[in-house]
Amino acid sequence: MTKRRVALMVAAVLVLVLAAWAVNRVLTRLAGVGPETDPVIVETSAPPTAVRHINATLFSVSANGESLVPYQQEVVLAEGIVPQGREILSAQLERPTPPRVSVIPEGTTLRAFYVTDSGDAFVDLSTEVSSRHSGGSSAELLTVYAVVNAVTANLPTIHRVQILIDGREADTLAGHIDLRSPLERDVSIVSKP
Amino acid sequence: MRGAASLFPAILVLLLTALSQAQGTQSPTAPLSLISREGRRAIPTTVANGREFVALDDVASIFQISFREDTLAGGLTVTYKGRTIVVSTNQPLASVSGRAVSLSTPAARTGNRWSVPIDFFSSALSLIYDGRIELRRASRLLIVGDLRVPRVTVRIDSAGPPTRATIEIAPATRTSVVTEPGRLVIRLEADALEATVPRDGAGLIDQFRVGEEPTTVTIALADRAGPARAVPVEIDGMTRFQIDVASQVPTAETAAPTSAPVEALPPPVEVRSVLGTIVIDPGHGGEDVGVRGRNGSEEKALTLAVAQRVKALIESRLGIRVILTRDGDRGVGLDERAATANNNKAGLFLSLHLNASPVATSAGVEVVHSRVDRGGGDRGAPEDDTVVLPVFGGTTRAVDLIRWDLAQARHADTSAAFAEILAEHLRERVKMGARPRRDLPLRVLTSVNMPAVLVEMAYLSNADQEKLAQSDAYQVSVAQSILDAVLQFRTYLEGREGR
Repeated sequence: MTKRRVALMVAAVLVLVLAAWAVNRVLTRLAGVGPETDPVIVETSAPPTAVRHINATLFSVSANGESLVPYQQEVVLAEGIVPQGREILSAQLERPTPPRVSVIPEGTTLRAFYVTDSGDAFVDLSTEVSSRHSGGSSAELLTVYAVVNAVTANLPTIHRVQILIDGREADTLAGHIDLRSPLERDVSIVSKP
Repeated sequence: MRGAASLFPAILVLLLTALSQAQGTQSPTAPLSLISREGRRAIPTTVANGREFVALDDVASIFQISFREDTLAGGLTVTYKGRTIVVSTNQPLASVSGRAVSLSTPAARTGNRWSVPIDFFSSALSLIYDGRIELRRASRLLIVGDLRVPRVTVRIDSAGPPTRATIEIAPATRTSVVTEPGRLVIRLEADALEATVPRDGAGLIDQFRVGEEPTTVTIALADRAGPARAVPVEIDGMTRFQIDVASQVPTAETAAPTSAPVEALPPPVEVRSVLGTIVIDPGHGGEDVGVRGRNGSEEKALTLAVAQRVKALIESRLGIRVILTRDGDRGVGLDERAATANNNKAGLFLSLHLNASPVATSAGVEVVHSRVDRGGGDRGAPEDDTVVLPVFGGTTRAVDLIRWDLAQARHADTSAAFAEILAEHLRERVKMGARPRRDLPLRVLTSVNMPAVLVEMAYLSNADQEKLAQSDAYQVSVAQSILDAVLQFRTYLEGREGR
């Protein structure tokens, strides 16, 4: 009887120890710490891969503020039209090297870029493109067509571009230019560099 | 210090009380004009809580009335030739020979003086008075007795030359026209006139003067004016004059060797109202400030200021109704602006804005009309449908359906024409931008079902332009250019309808 009681007690202790171990392991995993995470293998001795670039046409404002001026800039060569579009747009949204002046409101980032089967591109920009815009139809026109022309000038299969703001269709950036449908490339507001 | 601090609330209360009293009672802009057989006289009025009052002391002898406070009746008793009116002092009511009459506000007492609302005379006293009493609020006239006081409205249709103007007299009135050197004089068979006249003339007409003699309208002609004609027509119960003034015929000394034929006056035609209503849209408003100038000015305030100037100018000079899409600092959606114009069946929509550029030196005015066809596939040419709907009475009515986002497409040519006219007139007075007229896919214009343009009046991103845009002189220049353009556009539309 005593032996049986001892065996039962030992079994109970074992079950408790196992349960405690299991709970501890689960909690440790949930906390994301501990030695169980797989180690990342970094091959420091491998030679760097050569990154290939293309020359993209981007746009800044002309000296008199009336039009867009094209300039060439190297952007990373990407596989496929959508990744390449992302690279081009990211470059267009960055501050250009002085004395070039950007027409994109500061802080604007690319949220998404995708292309439909019919060849329309959708450029989804962060809210700064609207909330930090100076306003005025001229400035707004330059912002819109810097984006539209950057896509259509570098990706010939795309003929129309629709700008979205924060993932949604928008009426305008700042109250003037109609963004409710895709816009075609407009070279009338582009002047020679 | 503590004493001063304890006094502060009391001073604040006194200031607020003084302010509230100042707002509660104030003098109106002009006195009321009483017109009777005895002539015209000014009646002083006061305004309290937005209501206009006349002190009974001031008019008792004119109307031969007496009055006294009647505490038993709970009001003020006014007596005229033995007939009485009891005016309530706590309700906007009067009892006239036992009949209740509604007034705009109760009678009020200021010190020892009793005052009644100005509609008391036409609504209550007229019921027991021997003669007619008529109140014309808009022109601030109180007409006593059976007098003929026609409404005379003058508007300039075209600065020309030849200069053309219209004078409407309602109701129809017998008139005679006298042509004198340098002026035309129209005499009306009336006791007095209620006139709405443009402040300045235009083209070959220097000025319109009403009441130079008691019931005349004088058209003062410019030095270079030639033959002038005033032709009356009776139409729709009113007398309508069409005034035509041609340029001077060249004299032998001044005429060129191959002198042009003498300018003939155009045949008088009935001027139809092709531009009855104009909607002016002050851009932005409310939380949407628009462009902020380098020195702190806001686009929304400047657009409203110019819009109000344009409204006053067009209404006073051309007699065209002008509606603003906003008359204060409030946010209005782009579709709501278009709806205001469409619902009022306006003949022209003009949106006022101020521009901005990343380059600080950008300057000048730009006139923009809608770029309708921009390869939008399903947003191409408009395709209108007509549906037949049943209406009250068992009949039907054909209703045109126009796609909301394509409404402007059908007016593309006319909008472009007005943009050209406006740019020309602006160029005469203000600096134009590098692209004075252009077409853009403007959101606010796409749903407007009438000729429509947007004007960028200056660049607020340019400090010099900002200062200019804030000045009265610049705003007047822009407003005057718009007026001239509207005048020419009306002629353009009339010519097009006549073809």
